[in-house]
Amino acid sequence: MLYREAGDFKTTYSEDSQTFPIRFDRLGFYVTLLVAFGLVPLFINDYWANAVFVPFLIYAIAAIGLNILVGYAGQVSLGTGGFMAVGAYAVYKLMTSFPDVPVLIHVLLAGGITALVGVLFGLPSLRIKGFYLAVATLAAQFFLVWLFNKVPWFYNYSASGQITVPQSKMLGFYVTGAQTSASAKYLFCLVILTLLAVIARNLTRGTVGRKWMAIRDMDIAAEIIGVNPLNAKLTAFAVSSFFIGVAGALFFAVYLGAAEVTEAFGIQKSFLILFMVIIGGLGSIFGSFAGAAFLVLLPVFLKNVLVGQLGWPTDLAAHLELMIVGALIVGFLIAEPHGMAQLWRLAKEKLRLWPFPH
Amino acid sequence: MPEQLLYAMEVTLNGLMAGVMYSLVALGFVLIFKASGVFNYAQGVLALFAALTLVGLKNGQIPFAHVINAIFGTDLHTFGWKLPALLAILLAAGVMVLLAVIIEKLVLKHLVSQAPIILFMATIGLAYFLEGLGDVMWGADIKKLDVGLPQGISETIETLTDRWFGYGFFIDNLDIVATLVAVVLVASLTIFSQYSKQGRALRAVADDHQAALSVGISLRFIWVLVWSIAGFVALVAGIMWGTKSGVQFSLSLIALKALPVLMLGGFTSIPGAIVGGLIIGVGEKLFEFSIGPMVGGATENWFAYVLALLFLVFRPQGLFGEKIIERV
Repeated sequence: MLYREAGDFKTTYSEDSQTFPIRFDRLGFYVTLLVAFGLVPLFINDYWANAVFVPFLIYAIAAIGLNILVGYAGQVSLGTGGFMAVGAYAVYKLMTSFPDVPVLIHVLLAGGITALVGVLFGLPSLRIKGFYLAVATLAAQFFLVWLFNKVPWFYNYSASGQITVPQSKMLGFYVTGAQTSASAKYLFCLVILTLLAVIARNLTRGTVGRKWMAIRDMDIAAEIIGVNPLNAKLTAFAVSSFFIGVAGALFFAVYLGAAEVTEAFGIQKSFLILFMVIIGGLGSIFGSFAGAAFLVLLPVFLKNVLVGQLGWPTDLAAHLELMIVGALIVGFLIAEPHGMAQLWRLAKEKLRLWPFPH
Repeated sequence: MPEQLLYAMEVTLNGLMAGVMYSLVALGFVLIFKASGVFNYAQGVLALFAALTLVGLKNGQIPFAHVINAIFGTDLHTFGWKLPALLAILLAAGVMVLLAVIIEKLVLKHLVSQAPIILFMATIGLAYFLEGLGDVMWGADIKKLDVGLPQGISETIETLTDRWFGYGFFIDNLDIVATLVAVVLVASLTIFSQYSKQGRALRAVADDHQAALSVGISLRFIWVLVWSIAGFVALVAGIMWGTKSGVQFSLSLIALKALPVLMLGGFTSIPGAIVGGLIIGVGEKLFEFSIGPMVGGATENWFAYVLALLFLVFRPQGLFGEKIIERV
């Protein structure tokens, strides 16, 4: 009743090929945009921005990026943290070298640089498949982190080995540095996320996305029907790394402000983002958002309950949190291996009949 | 012989010993991957958990003391006894078997016939859980593990080599013990899988799940068995690594060191795990010794991966892995 694919007649080609062809989806999208752009910035404060919204937006970008690679193109990668580090260090070098250029351009350029690095590390995927590839991408993770630790040029020879973001403005507001307001951080990330999500959605619906999915489902068969695996795999690596690089740049420049590479972009980050993708749902843009939201909110929630409500010591709470997160992940995989996106699909199925079942 | 060459030889020997330690962890991976097709990321955490349990049992710690204190406001720590090392090891092995049964019952049973990536993620979830559980049960502080293994530099070898070459080699006693243990372990695993009934069933399952089921082999029993064996291997690895560097969180990271070993040796080959471990051990020590100083050191973090990556480009199934046959 509420959710209907039928009865939504299109009379032009452009209507038929729009991003959200179903009215309900389209409405949902506009309402979400309205709330995100219109409502949230009015009420946001520093706590909510730093604990929930900004990390969610940034992780959503990274999750979409990784989902393109793992969910759409079927190439499992554990090097996400390393690629985020590339984005972070690229934006740092660009911002300190060209302070007059708007930071948005730097962020996008950092994404581009990460894409190049991603293609380089994606090359072995032409020979290596499955878990062997997953482990091979760990090479990227460890090598890149080591590189940023050991070559002083990357952190501008600072004594601590840390990188600290310089202040910068967009449209008269600070977007990076200590003086940035919560809503500026939020809006800056939101604009980039919206742009990238729309691009991702359309890429995955189009020729490129279909090629990725063909390669994912069976690469030899795809090759026989004329999909060039070199092209498909490397574009997947490039686009995915671009997203992840942008996420890394934002994570450093907007969210953290100062970063140390092993701590901020270690192997744990790779796993975290892979979890988001899998819990959210492989091969679904909506799933990337859902997974990111779930794994950002869960620790905040647990911490509030265990430490805030029950008053347990923080180290015990941290260990319990680890247990609960692990158990939830296993439980989730058992209950719904296709992730939250599948739950949403089932919900739509129900909505189609509700409130008048057969 | 020139000093430099002798030094390189010493580095090589130490690399071989380190390689054996990696192999110990890699062995557990291979066992589980062969028998159930599960890429068990939790192997490193299993080793940590086993070592923590061993220390806890040996020192008579009360499990979950931390939680009990937090809830009831009590001040409990130990039972006040100490167990002999051998008994503690046996008990810890029992705990690992119990853990295998629980994992099979609660996790694996429900995930039969899921995609490999889902199973892999489940083991990462398991790794998180066990890591938390280990800390909650036994506390997160760094613990010293001493089950009576010899430690320190071996003087016999130093004097022997000094007599032969005029240059004493520094070899850790513990590494020698680890090598012996690894040899015994691999030999007994091989004998077990070649000559015992359960071993044959295990190989049958590894070969083809469906066919094994149809001749009446219980898959679930085999899984419990294989996870128990992997748990036991983890315990051995945990004892070695724990004695070497203390029982602490970083112990679980040795799993990451075992991954390139697996890639090099092939995910399905027990000899591969040993040979891969030796190659990685020697390779990274020699690389650090010769190239490391030029690029700022700490190359051990990534060298193994890059070596494995380059190697796989030429031989995608690893050294001893089964040939990958693709059909449309």
